[in-house]
This record gives sequence, C-alpha cells and structure tokens, in this order.
Amino acid sequence: MGGYGDVKLLREDGLRLDGRKVDEMREVEIEAGILPAADGSAWVKHGLNVAVCAVYGPMEAHPRKIQRQDRAVIDVRYNMAPFSTSDRIRPGFNRRSREISKVTAEALESVVLVERYPRSKIRVEIEILAAEAGTRCVGITAAAVALADAGIPMRDLIVGVASGKIEDTVVLDLDKAEDNYGQADLPMGILPTTGEIAFLQMDGDLSVEEYNTCMDYNLKAAREIHVLMVDALKRRYAEKNGGEA
Amino acid sequence: MSGAKEGAELRLVTPGEAIGASTGVRAGTGTLIMGDNIIATRVGWIKENNGVTSVDPIHAAYMPRSGDLVIGVVESVRNNLWFADVNGPFNGLLPMSLAPWKVEFGAAREQMDIGDVMLARVQEVDEAHNIVLTMKGVGLRRLKEGIMSEISMNHISRLRGEGDSTLRSLKEVSDCRIIVAENGRVWVDGDADGITFMRTVLDLVRNEGHKATFNASIEALIDNRRNA
Repeated sequence: MGGYGDVKLLREDGLRLDGRKVDEMREVEIEAGILPAADGSAWVKHGLNVAVCAVYGPMEAHPRKIQRQDRAVIDVRYNMAPFSTSDRIRPGFNRRSREISKVTAEALESVVLVERYPRSKIRVEIEILAAEAGTRCVGITAAAVALADAGIPMRDLIVGVASGKIEDTVVLDLDKAEDNYGQADLPMGILPTTGEIAFLQMDGDLSVEEYNTCMDYNLKAAREIHVLMVDALKRRYAEKNGGEA
Repeated sequence: MSGAKEGAELRLVTPGEAIGASTGVRAGTGTLIMGDNIIATRVGWIKENNGVTSVDPIHAAYMPRSGDLVIGVVESVRNNLWFADVNGPFNGLLPMSLAPWKVEFGAAREQMDIGDVMLARVQEVDEAHNIVLTMKGVGLRRLKEGIMSEISMNHISRLRGEGDSTLRSLKEVSDCRIIVAENGRVWVDGDADGITFMRTVLDLVRNEGHKATFNASIEALIDNRRNA
C-alpha cells in the first residue's frame, strides 16, 4: 500500500477507480491552430486536463542578456489558471510554475532546431485551463503541436506522458487520486519516432523492473498520442488539397 | 500519394516524419538527414526537384536573404541610420551611406521618421541575422501614399500567380500600383475604388490562399471587375 494508509486505488476486479486498465490512457483530443493572434497554437484535452498553448516568434530576444549568439532561446511560460483546480490558485508565477517552465523549455530545446535562429527567442505560452494530474505532460504535448503549427523547424514532435505506481502496481497515465495518493510518478517527454527521451522526472521510488514497465507504458502511450498530434496538424491544413491530406 | 493531381508531389508531412531513404537524394529546406532517412522538420508539402527533396512549409516566418525586396516600417532613428521593421525576427538597419539622400549628421529624421514606410532591398544578412538594407537602386524609395497590408509568406506566390500573371491582371483591373514584397507586405496605391477592390482581394488571399479553389476564386473576382 502507498504512503497514505488505506486509500484504495485499485478495485477488486483489478481495474482502476475510473474503470481504466493498468495500461490504459485517459482520452486525448488535440486541435491545432485555434488562436488567430498567435503564430502557432494548440488545444489539448487529456482526460480532464485542458491546456492551450500559443507560440510566437522567432523574434529578437529581449532582454539582450538572454540572447545567445549561436542559437535561439525558448522562453516558456507555463501557467495554471486560477480556476483550473478545486482550490483557487493565486494568479501569477510561483515556484512550481517556474520549475515546470524551465524543464519544459529544456525539453523543447532538444527538438527545436534552435541553431537555425541565432540571437532570437521563441515564446511558448502554456495555459492550463483545467487540471487533473499530469499537466506538465499535457503542456509539453500542446507546445509541440503549437510549435509545429507555427512553422518552427523541429527534429521531431515531442510527447509528454506519465506512468506511476499505485498499490505496488505500475499504471499508465495517473489521474488526480492516483497522483496524490500513489507511490510514484514518472513523467517523460518522448520523441515518438526515435523513442529518445528529452525530459524525465521521477517522484517516489521505483525498482528497476517497475521503471522498465513504466518506460514501456510511456513509449506505447507516446506513440498513440503522436498519431493524434499528426492528425490534428494535418486536419488543419488538409483543405489545401480539397480535403485530402 | 493520394493527392498527386497537379503532377507535383502533394504529401503533407509533420516534423519527424520520414520522407524516404536518404540515398541518392539531397536534403533541401525543411528536411534533415537522420541515419538512413530524410525527415521533415516542418509541417508542409513535400517537393522534389532535380534530386533535392524539400518541404514547402505551410506556415513560416520571414527570414531575410540578401537581394530580397522588402517593405519596411521605420522603428527608430539614430543620427545617421534608421532601424526598420521588416516583418522578420530582427530589425533591418539602413545606414546613411545606403540611403538615397545626403543629409547632415543628426538630421536623418527629416527624411524619414518613425512610422514611415520604405521600399528597400536587403543588402546583406550575416550569420547572426544582422540585416543591412539599401535604398540605392531603381524604384527603391520612401512610400508616401497608398496602403500597406500583410499576407502570409506562403501566399505570396499564390497572389503573384504563374509568372506574375495574377498580379498583372490585378494591376490592370484595379488600375493600382501594387508591390508585393518578399517579406509578405503588399503596398497598393491608386484611386479609392481600386484600393477597395484590392482590399477584397487581399482578404481573399488571407482567408482562402491555402485552398485549392483559390485560383478559381481570384479569377472570378478579376473577371467580375473586368466586366463591370
């Protein structure tokens, strides 16, 4: 059992509280290009999480001190709306959003061809409208679609997915109860075509076997989400061929 | 390849998608060689030309190249140079030596002030994206009247048409002077009626420029006006 005594997260029949199997993901929906004012944008619904991402740029990097002579910098701002959780969040930057902004920027830097745009800045604004565990992963997925929509050259898309451990069982894609009362959480940023990992955090303890199972689950989920991301991008532009993608 | 109707390759790809084997082909813009494959780095349509595979991006920011004709808006003025917004990531710099006037040091504002619009050419772009503009050349000048509008980069060729044919027809029927600059800005000058017509055309470009039906729509608009 987890660290919270007798919180039951698995049902008698082996399914999870919301009826999912251990290796089943929450439902994902993705739309690209929803914000007319942004250079690129995306909307991602992952379970009850809703994230909107807007990308602007490349533009001249300001303040000058953040400029890099050999590459672009990615300026990520991850923010949770005050109404996104059951407890109201005080608006503005806080320690958590600063950390997530930083790790997201680092994950995106490994897919975006930053060396193409020296001295520039690419602004990525991630807004979490509704939160139900795993928002940093949803944010990364949304950012990848929005960057592609903005026409920014990338090596690959990047997908944010998470697995974890509840009641000594490895499960894919933790929901709120599982995240709060579970034993471990392993969010990852995965490049779906090569299977490379650009971002990894771990909260809690996992054995090597459990870790490997998490990896397998995450890779499987990343490929599933990747299909939806590609579909969202193609749907947006398929019109050019009179409907054919 | 389902949509290969117009003879050209019309396959839509997304970043990271493998286009094909990298042997025997060269990777053009919007692509990258990774291992044995050519992969796309942008959302766009695959194009193959003389053994070069490239991706024609659907959305792209303007990246200045030397020789480009651009319409710039003055953003700031120094004693002997101007900085102009050229719709790219960096401002273009126009030094006094490349301007068509001779003015005294400190009097640059008298020729061109903040907010003024110029037709210029990109003299050079260095690896750090410093852009130097020139206004020495035939037709390069300050644009004092008319309207300026912006369209998406990938719609420029569609507005111009095959061998500039669409643009020529538009000039003829609207009786306007029109400049379609490389940085996605369009300048139109003529009488009020012609400008109104061109505004309709530019709206059409912005809203339907990516559709296959665009050419038919714009032809209809031109014919309509010609017969009116």
